[in-house]
Amino acid sequence: MTSTPGLYGTYGGRYVPETLIPALDELEAGWRAAQTDKSFRAELDELGRNFGGRPTPLTRAERFAPGKRLYLKREDLLHTGAHKLNNALGQAVLARRLGKSRIVAETGAGQHGVATATVCARFGLECVVYMGEEDMRRQRPNVERMNLLGAEVRPVDFGTRTLKEATSEAIRDWITNVETTHYLIGSCVGPAPYPEIVHELQAVIGREARAQFLQAETRLPEVVVACVGGGSNAIGIFAGFIDDAEVRLVGVEAAEAASLGTGNPAVLHGARSSVLSDEDGQISDAHSISAGLDYPGVGPEHAWLRDSGRADYVSATDEEALDAFLELTRLEGIIPALEPAHALARARELDAELVLVCLSGRGDKDLAEVLAR
Amino acid sequence: MKTLVVYLMSGPKTPELAAAAVAGGADVIELGFPFSDPLADGPVIRRAAERALGQGMRTRACLDCVARSRELLPETPLVPMTYAALLEAYGWDRFARDAQSAGATSLIVADLPVDVRPELRRVQLVAPTSTDERLRIAAEHTDGWLYLVALTGTTGARADASPALAGLAGRARAVTDVPLYVGFGISTPEQAQAAAELTDGIVVGSRPVEVAEEGAEALRRYVRTLRDAVDSVVAV
Ligand SMILES: Cc1ncc(COP(=O)(O)O)c(C=O)c1O
Repeated sequence: MTSTPGLYGTYGGRYVPETLIPALDELEAGWRAAQTDKSFRAELDELGRNFGGRPTPLTRAERFAPGKRLYLKREDLLHTGAHKLNNALGQAVLARRLGKSRIVAETGAGQHGVATATVCARFGLECVVYMGEEDMRRQRPNVERMNLLGAEVRPVDFGTRTLKEATSEAIRDWITNVETTHYLIGSCVGPAPYPEIVHELQAVIGREARAQFLQAETRLPEVVVACVGGGSNAIGIFAGFIDDAEVRLVGVEAAEAASLGTGNPAVLHGARSSVLSDEDGQISDAHSISAGLDYPGVGPEHAWLRDSGRADYVSATDEEALDAFLELTRLEGIIPALEPAHALARARELDAELVLVCLSGRGDKDLAEVLAR
Repeated sequence: MKTLVVYLMSGPKTPELAAAAVAGGADVIELGFPFSDPLADGPVIRRAAERALGQGMRTRACLDCVARSRELLPETPLVPMTYAALLEAYGWDRFARDAQSAGATSLIVADLPVDVRPELRRVQLVAPTSTDERLRIAAEHTDGWLYLVALTGTTGARADASPALAGLAGRARAVTDVPLYVGFGISTPEQAQAAAELTDGIVVGSRPVEVAEEGAEALRRYVRTLRDAVDSVVAV
């Protein structure tokens, strides 16, 4: 994928204060060592199976998409209710190999925070999660879950009060406590080697989905669709099909958080990518009903997949996502999270019969927000 | 004589504030170009950046601020300090060129480690976590002096002197002869004196940004207390 390590075309890199560079070098070395270590892979597979509930099923959504053969990859059924656990488990095992005893993370929708709090409880690691006050309000159940799991949730009360500021504060914490702390980033964003690590840890989604789809249909899907916030569930499912040139890859962003659709090349949170930003490089505010997509940046690999033409990126509005949320609920008996509801909204109208959608998480966390509409 | 570097956030009144800081005894002025997401900064400078952006201090206005400060201060080194995002948007070479023609002496980019864009002439930063090898490379590439980040953390006043400084200053001294100026966490005359004893100069940021709110005269008096503290150190 990468030409130079850590670079995706001209995107990616390490735009961070010097203080963090030795930690990133250490992380990179630990990651390379883990990848060549069969026991790491085996430990992750075992945890995924017996703690996480992998493999997750593939479900046909016949009533939601009549006339199509549309399948849902059910990451909503993974332990903690979203794909985020794949990454949190892998990074927690890595952090232990690196001898780190404390974990910091950022969270938007709270799913990454819950996944992180969960693995920290499981492994006995100290856990601090930064979360914007606006997101704490709209994703209340997840704040309560994190507290129950023993994590400390630190509210971020400035700027957008959402994922962008929570990420900045998590990085500042990491700069301050870098000797003891692993930063467990929640998406395929941030300085190298994070985008690559998160890609690899989420690739299990695509590996399973490809085999399951072949088994169900004896063919590959024509299109694979996923929502894109930072881009981790999308990169995970795309990873299974990237070498199948005939399979279209479609990412769906929130209309007012479309980093790939309307962003510019800019530097945010340690990497160069496509970012909602103005002509001076100042970062613009994003807006979305779904906290997990409400982020002005995106993983550098997606910017590169867009430029190379391998993947297409479209968007869905709050209303379109809400409609899809309600319809999947009523027609299939599956309550999706608002994030993948964006992918569902676009998937139905695609000019294709065989469609695979990443249902990245379940919607329990979103009930208050939806019922208030 | 030890060098006293004072950081101020760019703003409409900054040239006069910079002149007051120099009148109080500052040798070098760092001019912050605000960024919306300043990862290396604590709350004081982060809020100052928010205010500055609210006042329209975009890149062009900050370059004008350098030019106006240069008119008031023909002799004082003026060093813009900012983040990679601004250079990425403005154009890396163009930024360096326009800053220089506005009167800037060098440049500091807080989130640009020495191995990224090494061709951009700038003051390099090193931290307590930097390996000896990285200290050596940073010293080799740096423009004029090496910025020692005294602690693992963001900018902002601290109650105590950094225990990491002595080790960092010693390791840096062992690999280079360039002047070593230390910043992050220094706000009081006592801290200024202690830090100056270990290095060739000190950088003070968050506290001057706060004091500048009280006006030029308050800033001049505050900087004078730092000057006196730094001057009490006998050169070794
Ligand atoms: C269920 C769910 N899907 C998607 C996302 C968006 O993140 P990413 O684009 O990294 O998959 C989130 C983020 O919180 C989420 O909770």
